[in-house]
Amino acid sequence: MNVRFRCNGRAVEVDVPPMSRLLDVLREELRLTGSKEGCGEGECGACTVRIDGEAVMSCLVPVCQVDGASIVTIEGLGASVVHPVQTAMLQHGGAQCGICTPGLCMSAAALLERNPHPSREEARVALAGNLCRCTGYQKVVDAVCASLAPEGS
Amino acid sequence: MSAPVTALFRPRTLNDALKMRAEQPGATVMAGGTDVMVYIESGTLKPTAILDLWGCSGLRWQQSITGGQFHGAGLTCTDVLRSGQSHPLLEAAAATVGAVQIQNRATLGGNICNASPAGDTLPVWLALKAEFEVASVRGRRRIPAASFWQGYKKIDLRPDELFLGILIPPLFGHTHFRKVGTRLAQSISKVVFAGRYNPGVDACLAFGAVGPTPMRCLKAETALVAGAAVDDVVQLVREEIAPIDDIRSTAVYRRQVAGNIVRRWLTSL
Ligand SMILES: Cc1cc2nc3c(=O)[nH]c(=O)nc-3n(C[C@H](O)[C@H](O)[C@H](O)COP(=O)(O)OP(=O)(O)OC[C@H]3O[C@@H](n4cnc5c(N)ncnc54)[C@H](O)[C@@H]3O)c2cc1C
Repeated sequence: MNVRFRCNGRAVEVDVPPMSRLLDVLREELRLTGSKEGCGEGECGACTVRIDGEAVMSCLVPVCQVDGASIVTIEGLGASVVHPVQTAMLQHGGAQCGICTPGLCMSAAALLERNPHPSREEARVALAGNLCRCTGYQKVVDAVCASLAPEGS
Repeated sequence: MSAPVTALFRPRTLNDALKMRAEQPGATVMAGGTDVMVYIESGTLKPTAILDLWGCSGLRWQQSITGGQFHGAGLTCTDVLRSGQSHPLLEAAAATVGAVQIQNRATLGGNICNASPAGDTLPVWLALKAEFEVASVRGRRRIPAASFWQGYKKIDLRPDELFLGILIPPLFGHTHFRKVGTRLAQSISKVVFAGRYNPGVDACLAFGAVGPTPMRCLKAETALVAGAAVDDVVQLVREEIAPIDDIRSTAVYRRQVAGNIVRRWLTSL
């Protein structure tokens, strides 16, 4: 099936089986390997990308469902200017081994766009679908609460 | 790893969806895919044809109509949370489904038709006396939520039918939702409860994950409305539910917790 969508601002077209996982298409066809596969069943959030603004697990989305959609991956998040949440993650030590970091940044970016000044509780709820086995989450929440969403992101 | 799907149908309108359903009764219906994709990945489902309802706008709407509130099958949990128009019991349930990324795709119709005994919205429909609307090219039917789940993962939906949505009648009384899982997010319920109590008039004590289908505790409800002591209502709840031991919990724990939830709620009123 030919699927057309926008990915990180660029129009792309891929010819893949319709039920291919978006995660595989991003990694294998488009060579965007920033989105990680952790569990492959929607539990861990390492594959989080944004489809039309909404954070989703790309391992659970069949590519046929993104025909005509606009996708942003971690590669597109800080493409022109580093996203404030990325800066804050660096400043606050929010990343350790790094596997969960792209997904965390995508969930955080989606949160900050709707709610530029989240409380710690709101940040925890928004990040509850992103598992991290290193940081214990405190520094991640510190980072998210310290970042200011860029205008029009 | 992708399944060898040879036919894909992506209707935009409800009429097209029903036509395709009639022509392809063997196709796997998919909405947000959060259950279907997991089944495909684990090998328990090997579809050859897919009827994808994600882009079908005729299923994704919500409106007050005569006789109550209509929720289309294609509304996601996030749609429910953002609309501000849904019943607080439904909002509470939608907020506990998975995590944000799941709520952004998980549809009400998918939760209902997947028919997991632990589906978090299911006791809500019982507590709110909802009616389900299903349709085929032959016509529409309304089914009370209480008779839709006929057995473990068995629903009253014919091979040429699609689930259209839910009608919630106007109701009164106190309501309460409580989910007990291993953690707040991303956990399947060990026990899930939705209750509604209109003193002297009626009550509904509905549970999920304590039997093969979501269920009401009819004896406990009758006792409650008749003015029985909380202890007696709790006792009846523990007798009426039919929990089992499984990977998520034990029958003993579920009985204890189910009673505790009801006791805590009723004594807080
Ligand atoms: C990580 C993770 C966490 C989860 N956590 C929870 C949780 O906490 N609580 C919970 O209740 N569930 C949970 N789920 C399960 C799932 O997200 C929900 O059941 C969701 O509501 C399913 O909706 P969907 O649109 O994704 O369904 P799909 O996967 O698209 O479909 C599910 C079933 O419904 C059928 N179906 C869908 N729409 C229709 C229709 N209109 N007509 C006829 N049949 C239809 C499909 O054929 C399929 O059998 C979780 C899933 C994952 C992967």
